[in-house]
Amino acid sequence: MATELEGLLRPKVSDAPPYPAKFMQLANGETMVVRSVERDEIPLLLEYVQPLIKVERDFYDIVAARVFAELLGQYVHRIQDQYVLIGQINGELATIVNGRTLSPGIGVSLHTIALRRGLRIGAHAFAAKMEYHMDYLNHKEVMIVAESPIGFRRFLVEYNLEKRPQVIHELGGVPSYALTKETFEKARGTLVVGRRPVPKDLLDKAKAEILPPSDPPVMAQDLLAASRSVYDSTGSALRGLRSKQEGRVK
Amino acid sequence: MQEVYIIGIGITSFTRLDFPLYEIASFPAMEAMKDCGVTEIDHLFVANLGGGRINRSTGLASAVVDTLSLTPAGAESIENGPASGASAIKTGFMAIASGMHNVVMVTGAERMREANALDATEFVATMTHPLAEQIYGVTLPALAGMFARLYMEKYGVTERHLAMVAIKNHHNAMFNKFAHLHQEITMEGIVDSPEASTNNPYVAEPLRFFDCCPVSDGGACVILANKEVAKKIKKPLIRIAGVGQATDVHTVHERDNPTDLLAVRKAAAQAFKMADLKPKDVNVAELHDAFTILEIAESEEVGFFKKGEGHIALENGVTSLKGKLPINTSGGLKAKGHPVGATGIGQVHEIVLQLRGDAEERQVKNARVGFTCNFGGFGNNVVCLTLVREG
Repeated sequence: MATELEGLLRPKVSDAPPYPAKFMQLANGETMVVRSVERDEIPLLLEYVQPLIKVERDFYDIVAARVFAELLGQYVHRIQDQYVLIGQINGELATIVNGRTLSPGIGVSLHTIALRRGLRIGAHAFAAKMEYHMDYLNHKEVMIVAESPIGFRRFLVEYNLEKRPQVIHELGGVPSYALTKETFEKARGTLVVGRRPVPKDLLDKAKAEILPPSDPPVMAQDLLAASRSVYDSTGSALRGLRSKQEGRVK
Repeated sequence: MQEVYIIGIGITSFTRLDFPLYEIASFPAMEAMKDCGVTEIDHLFVANLGGGRINRSTGLASAVVDTLSLTPAGAESIENGPASGASAIKTGFMAIASGMHNVVMVTGAERMREANALDATEFVATMTHPLAEQIYGVTLPALAGMFARLYMEKYGVTERHLAMVAIKNHHNAMFNKFAHLHQEITMEGIVDSPEASTNNPYVAEPLRFFDCCPVSDGGACVILANKEVAKKIKKPLIRIAGVGQATDVHTVHERDNPTDLLAVRKAAAQAFKMADLKPKDVNVAELHDAFTILEIAESEEVGFFKKGEGHIALENGVTSLKGKLPINTSGGLKAKGHPVGATGIGQVHEIVLQLRGDAEERQVKNARVGFTCNFGGFGNNVVCLTLVREG
């Protein structure tokens, strides 16, 4: 009975085509491999994402919380037609992106989270998932929203996405924006880049182990660096921050 | 004329600071007072450009002087575009040199990230000529792009040279905990690789993303004093030995030769003459590299290198941290950041650290003479300072 019930709770088996891994060079000269992940790799991703739920900075908290839930949903078979791609630098987890198929021809972009800041790491990963939707899942449109101003600028503005106010996005229930074939083709080669095939040694290293991010986003510990001054008798903002950090106020 | 010394310094991180502008101006001031132990100030000058427009905050000096409990000291704000910081130091210098005051605080602050990048760029563009430039949509990156194109055609500077400036200054910023950008970049990653155009797209051709400084919030402060006060402070004596300021034709295309930065040339010459020093005497310099091309051009105009040879010195490593004349050891505007009103004071903060021997991993050996160039508008109002360590 329990097995039968579990069968009812699980989504249908997906027959989505695989995403062929690619690589690109970053501004600092390092190489990032973008590839899809297997189900048995997800627990490790959950472990690396979980600390970010506490990072109240640039909306990392809400994005990480939702990514955690979506990854967990995939791992315990509770989400339909989801895919997860990751970016790795020297084996380290640098970014996670995910999305899913909403209906034939229509995709939904869920999240892009960078576990290492800068270098367009998140932007390259977002571009890879758009590529997956358009070139491999053959979607005509991808519905997209952003939770952070950075995401809004990086994705909705840079790609010049079309407004779809009549489409309510499943993420937060807000009006959607859409990437179309036309807007995607404009971005191909400029925003959407990368090389294939990935050299064997590079891909083998990436697949061997997903290493934890060495420099993950953290709460700003010392926003003003030098300003921890004994003369600060009237700096209300700094006092507030300090009180919070010292646990005197919640 | 009284001699003028820098006795205290303070700075915030140049980054995004979610604090009111007056607090950003006050924090480094507190740190500067802590640095020298002086809490009685005769007069306060506050450098800022965008408070009124971006932060809806005017009369900044009045707010800061009260925040710091320095009332009834005199206080006023100084605005001279991106050269506001050095202009405020120059004004403080005059106040002490004249004998009117003995201790003057000069603090600068900007909170530009309250506006989005496009609004910030548009705001900065308001310093261009209203009728000859601004109404045609000219921005500072656009002017710098045109300037760079002319410079490249005339002197053989290439995009690789521009990238070398960015790579050098990003590297220097790795050693500066107050810098906005802590990220090494490489020639391969920003110029040579197939993905370079995505990593480093054109902003105003030939200038790319990594040729432009970030939009930063931040504050910096110096406390100036006469010799009598300075001698009581247990710090190396750092004297402002030379001050120079010059202006140029406002509209860039109306200049006789748009690739000549005459105001830089003249301001630097004044600053060296007053100090009775030559460019060859300088051990370390902070030049206003809001765009990479400006570091190259200014390094020539201030007299470090012959006109058209700045990029060759760069190529040969002369201006690197271990070179003969390190330029922008802090990371410069390019990587340390450019909170406009604080920028010129931040430059002086770095030189004081270097002359005191307190610059840690980026310390230039035996630095005795330092130089700053704070570039207002597009080179139409420039302030240069020569600093000397005594004793």
